[in-house]
Amino acid sequence: MNTSRRNFLKTGAVLGSGLLISFTIPGAKKAAAASTASMLGPQSGAAFAPNAYLHITADNQILVYLAHAEMGQGIWTTLSMLIAEELDVDVNKMVVQHGDAWKPYNHTLFGIQITGGSSTTYSEFDRYRKAGATARVLLVEAAAKKFGVSPSECKTENGVVTAGGKSATYGELATEAGTLTAPADVPLRDAKEWKYIGKGVKRLDTPAKINGTAKFGMDVQFPGLLTAVVLHGPVFGAKVKSVDATKTKAIPGVKQVVQIPTGVAVLADNYWAAKKGRAALKVEWDLGPGAQVDSKAMLAAYKKLAQTPGAPASKAGNADTGMSKAAKTVEAEYSFPYLAHAPMEPLNVTIELKNGQCQIWCGTQMPGMDQVAAAKVLGLQPEQVRVNTTFLGGGFGRRATPASDFVIEAAQIIKASGKPLVKMVWAREDDVRGGFYRPAFVHNVKVGLDANGMPIAWKHNIVGQSIMEGTLFAAMIKDGIDAASVEGVADSPYVEAVPDRLVTLHSPKNEVPVLWWRSVGHTHTGMVMETIIDELAHTAGKDPLAYRQELLKEHPRHLAALNLAAEKAGWGKPVAAGRFRGIAVHESFQSYVAHVVEISLNSDGTIKVHKVVSAIDCGLAVNPDGVKAQIESGINFGVSGALLGEITLENGRVQQGNFNDYVVSRMFDTPAEIEVHIVNSTGKMGGVGEPGVPPVAPAIANAYFVATGKRLRDLPFNKTILHA
Amino acid sequence: MVKLKINQKEYSVDASPDMPLLWALRDVLGLTGTKFGCGMAQCGACTVHLDGEAVRSCVTLVSRAVGKEVTTIEGLSADPTNYLQKAWLEIDVPQCGYCQSGQIMSAAVLLRENPNPTDEDIDNAMSGNICRCGTYPRIRRAIHLAAQMQREGGNGK
Repeated sequence: MNTSRRNFLKTGAVLGSGLLISFTIPGAKKAAAASTASMLGPQSGAAFAPNAYLHITADNQILVYLAHAEMGQGIWTTLSMLIAEELDVDVNKMVVQHGDAWKPYNHTLFGIQITGGSSTTYSEFDRYRKAGATARVLLVEAAAKKFGVSPSECKTENGVVTAGGKSATYGELATEAGTLTAPADVPLRDAKEWKYIGKGVKRLDTPAKINGTAKFGMDVQFPGLLTAVVLHGPVFGAKVKSVDATKTKAIPGVKQVVQIPTGVAVLADNYWAAKKGRAALKVEWDLGPGAQVDSKAMLAAYKKLAQTPGAPASKAGNADTGMSKAAKTVEAEYSFPYLAHAPMEPLNVTIELKNGQCQIWCGTQMPGMDQVAAAKVLGLQPEQVRVNTTFLGGGFGRRATPASDFVIEAAQIIKASGKPLVKMVWAREDDVRGGFYRPAFVHNVKVGLDANGMPIAWKHNIVGQSIMEGTLFAAMIKDGIDAASVEGVADSPYVEAVPDRLVTLHSPKNEVPVLWWRSVGHTHTGMVMETIIDELAHTAGKDPLAYRQELLKEHPRHLAALNLAAEKAGWGKPVAAGRFRGIAVHESFQSYVAHVVEISLNSDGTIKVHKVVSAIDCGLAVNPDGVKAQIESGINFGVSGALLGEITLENGRVQQGNFNDYVVSRMFDTPAEIEVHIVNSTGKMGGVGEPGVPPVAPAIANAYFVATGKRLRDLPFNKTILHA
Repeated sequence: MVKLKINQKEYSVDASPDMPLLWALRDVLGLTGTKFGCGMAQCGACTVHLDGEAVRSCVTLVSRAVGKEVTTIEGLSADPTNYLQKAWLEIDVPQCGYCQSGQIMSAAVLLRENPNPTDEDIDNAMSGNICRCGTYPRIRRAIHLAAQMQREGGNGK
């Protein structure tokens, strides 16, 4: 292990050597490559918690190492703010980078290195503040020694320690501080003293992201780098039977064609040559059972299955008995298609294999699992694989794949080719057809109401593929229930208040790989719960807001978001001619979000969303404008999923391939007005990356009911409307 | 070899004439600010200017750029009269940031042609540029702000 690094691990938050370990910036590739060998193997070190996140050099650079990946959600800024707050430095002068795949960066709650579950800010809130606070204590101690005063006489401000007439920058104190032993615990600042937290700063990554200098995985370049494009099977699970690469090899720039478990890879001097080479391949496939998948037939089968109970996910009293006592019943069936994440940056991985050491550069939400997966393919130990996380050109869950599908594919290519350095690039079509979709789901719900129109019995069957099944997370499936399939229903405050209830789950299997898609199970459960509640309100002859307020009266955070959104949107006041309002509130990822939408109908009857007034209770909003940005983002993602997006399969073939047929929201689809209000809350901190998504579809569907008297229960809505 | 003029500099590019300009910029010249998103002029991430007109470089053959001025995000960034990036900073537009080069290149042509765009003008000019993070509302605000800066800058501010 690198001596300085070991020192760094052992003694404290601060390194005096001034050695800069460049983790990830592809532009610094020479320095990174030079230090590769010395970097391997730090994972066995027992790190004192704050140490891995902060490094101060003798020349006064404040280096922040992120345990998490920046994919647009803003943690590059938020985590740096947390350190800066305690360290007393200007956050804008910090040098931020992604950390390696390394145990100290494991998620404080999930135990693996992952950016997901909208959890970064609240899970790191203490760890990153303590990293800063510990460093500050040591710097003060070093200064006190240097000045010949006691630590209590020292003050810190803006990266400088002063006492009496003396002062020293953190850089000047770094070497001495690096020799000191970090205290086991440090006090954190009182909220009243916060300069950054709750007030916010502008994103630290904006300058690089508007002038073309920000480096994404796609932008990794090395001299002599070959680009690999893979021909994947026409259906999921297809195996190569035979390959004729004669024409491919004749294309200028094509260097090699190799067969890998997932298809045939063409390696060339550049992407264009590789792609032309792929188009010229003649490959015969053994299709296997994947060729049988037909999404239309599958949804029909799901609907049949949804008539019958599956494994119980939430049960109380006797739902049948309760239903028999109901004055009125409401029954509804919902269907949700597969959805692709389609991040703007197509999946890609650059991989180097030299002298038994491997380096990977890619945008990933799970560097640790990718490291292990690549090592397994290459017959290496995980510590022989270094993962350099670049900026992610969008993630939305697709870059957190327990199967490490794209990293394994790159590892297979470098293994099969024997080349030292390859960049695998997926075309957009590879991404859209590449699976790992939000699973298709069907819900069948029957609710019994009492004479006052309030729910007294609830029967709810859910059908859809399990995300956890077959992955390392399968142990989280308990008694046949993948929580990610039923979250938002089984734990819904509406459902839990019903004395006689039965929520069940069927988890059929097929060849289509599925994955969490921004807000996971809540993508469908939020829609179902918030439209059925709306339907119950109308059945009961009550205002949808008032009905929710009554049902949620013991859920103050739901109410806080709901009431704030309703107030700001002017709920109950007249709306402009031709506009229609809908409302929804949903909890996910420990946050509570309500949207009030205003829609109109286009001449063909499809929906145009004009305005969304949103309120979120996420507890403390560390970077308020960042919270607003994430809710705006979630609204647009939700609009895509509600109105436009679907992946369909016929004979196992995915029918969509690019943004011409896998339709996502564009500027003209985006609501012209979006207002986000943050509830002034002292509640437990929650996430903000995902919770904006779930209430979008139901708020729109509820507005559509006001407009037309019709309930939309099959997604995407605009297709359903056009085919009605 | 193909001769190209990019951001005021002359280059001899080792590219087959049927190679899209995008890949000549990225893979041959290392100008990676211009992004690959779809490969079929659907997403706008690869937008550059050819003699001042916005084109999708993923479907624009290198041969079409010969004898023309190519401007990429790297070139636009060096232009001090460009207010877009100032507005983008002010509004904190980017999230993942991958599409933003293309967004800014499209917006630059919009603002040159139409210094006072309405929301509808922005819809029309910018709907060829996809942003999966949904930064559209901020892009819209930033374009309005840049238009305002452009006007005020013209008044000697």
